[in-house]
Amino acid sequence: MRRQVPLVITFVAGIIMIIQYFIPHEPFAGLQQRFNVWFLIISAFALILGIGNLIKIHGERISRQSAGWGYSVVLLVGLVTMSVVGIGWGIEPGTPFFYLFWNIQIPLSSTMFALLAFFIASASYRAFRARSFEATLLLAAAILVMLGRVPLGNFLWHRLPAVATWIMNYPNTAGQRAIMIGIALGVISSSLRIILGIERGLGGGQQ
Amino acid sequence: MNRQKAFLLVLLFIVFLPWVGAAVGQNTPPAPATQVRAFDTPNDAGGSITITWKKSADDGQGENDVVGYEILRSTASGSGYQKVASVLAGEEGYTDGTVEDNVAYYYVVRAVDGQFSTDSVETGPAMAKAQWFNTDRTSMLVAVLIFSGLVLWFISQAKGGRQLYIRPIPGLAAIDEAVGRATEMGKPVLFIPGIMDMDNIQTIAGITILRRVARKAAEYETPLLVPTSRSLVMTTAQEAVKEAYLDAGRPDAYDPDRIRYLTDNQFGYAAGVDGIMVREKPAAIFYMGCFYAESLILAETGHSVGAIQIAGTAMPAQLPFFVTACDYTLIGEELFAASAYLSREPRLLGSLKGQDFGKAIFMIIIVVGIILESFGIHFLSQWLATG
Repeated sequence: MRRQVPLVITFVAGIIMIIQYFIPHEPFAGLQQRFNVWFLIISAFALILGIGNLIKIHGERISRQSAGWGYSVVLLVGLVTMSVVGIGWGIEPGTPFFYLFWNIQIPLSSTMFALLAFFIASASYRAFRARSFEATLLLAAAILVMLGRVPLGNFLWHRLPAVATWIMNYPNTAGQRAIMIGIALGVISSSLRIILGIERGLGGGQQ
Repeated sequence: MNRQKAFLLVLLFIVFLPWVGAAVGQNTPPAPATQVRAFDTPNDAGGSITITWKKSADDGQGENDVVGYEILRSTASGSGYQKVASVLAGEEGYTDGTVEDNVAYYYVVRAVDGQFSTDSVETGPAMAKAQWFNTDRTSMLVAVLIFSGLVLWFISQAKGGRQLYIRPIPGLAAIDEAVGRATEMGKPVLFIPGIMDMDNIQTIAGITILRRVARKAAEYETPLLVPTSRSLVMTTAQEAVKEAYLDAGRPDAYDPDRIRYLTDNQFGYAAGVDGIMVREKPAAIFYMGCFYAESLILAETGHSVGAIQIAGTAMPAQLPFFVTACDYTLIGEELFAASAYLSREPRLLGSLKGQDFGKAIFMIIIVVGIILESFGIHFLSQWLATG
């Protein structure tokens, strides 16, 4: 029973969502938006579980004074501070929450994002080594596209920007679309397995 | 002298006559919009009527002074008209989304030139209704029926004992090897289910792979760490891992605290996972789910700690990063094929086979479409376009 009830709910909800895509009439009209709202409500309640998990794990780390417990203190202080100022004074511009968000949260996120430039450089260095035919092809395409996108490329050969555009518009787009078609079929197949209750790992089938 | 004055006046009148005529002409009302039609908007949930017309003869031509059109509506023919909307010159249609279903409406389109306006002939009655089938999506329905039929047919074939060949997928074959390597090195396995929630099919696919990885980790008694960026993913992952440990006969080894929530923030999550990688030095890292800009930040950090890395995502923009930084990458559909491939259960393998045949049909349609379009025949592309 514990296994069957979720499978029945999944089946019914899945079939309804397929039907509503083709039928704009009530009671199917607007069902997708309604389901999305339900999902948001469930997510909001689940957030309590997430915060509880954070407090439990980092609280235990502090009480045991495990390695790096100071970071856990920073995390919990940050969590409590942002919650208190957000609930107490709101989150609109001019509030303490807004100030902390813009002067701590945003710069920290930007710093992490900025690391991407260095990681791209190190990953490109490895990827562009011409160890095989495919890697050499990748290297050649990358050089052409990179040069075609900067003024130097135009200076070296005026048709280089057009070559870069051609690579991006034709071979690159064709490859991406091929992947997208495969993904779309994979999604349909995967959804069917879930709706029919034969997908493993989600209550269906047997491991 | 008077005759000379009179002659000059007549001459001046003749010379300036065209300008005088034009000035007089610009003060005339514009030509009306013609062929006005009002009809129930097709393929909708009701509550709207579409009005179409042919532009005024003075819109873009003629006196070229029409500045826009006003849409007037009434529930009675010939009277009680009220303006419901205005559209700019050049427009030839408007959808009135403020009507009630099953009420008769009459419409007039008024051409406006700034000084004057001219009403079109009244049109109607038009009545809004909800449709029971969206005909714009007929091709999609046919595709879904054919594809679903193929999948179900191959599932039934597989259940009947027919052997189905599935092409090898190196990334999936390496999962057991990666967990085994972590066991030999005495280091944990790190599983990252992407940064999206459980309403994303990629996250669901990631969780199905997690169950397989968790089972292997339980069998080998290797710690499995699962940091998540969504609370719902955390609870789902906890359930999946718990069941996997039960399946492996090691429920005592299951530790829910190893499946933890970090943060919903994208780069906060990336920083948290990077920290776990640097501190715990996992020997095997799995990236299975939906990733955005954090993909390379995670994969390069994982590479720097010397872990064997297997990634799987259906985000085309992130695939090159994973291909570059990881040992194996499941490209797009391979992520969704994982559960079937790993379990080798006939019913799931049947669905994979149906997927492959669906791909073959799509390839044929694409080739036929290219040929038809090359010869200027557009019915296939028009039929395939969905609204």
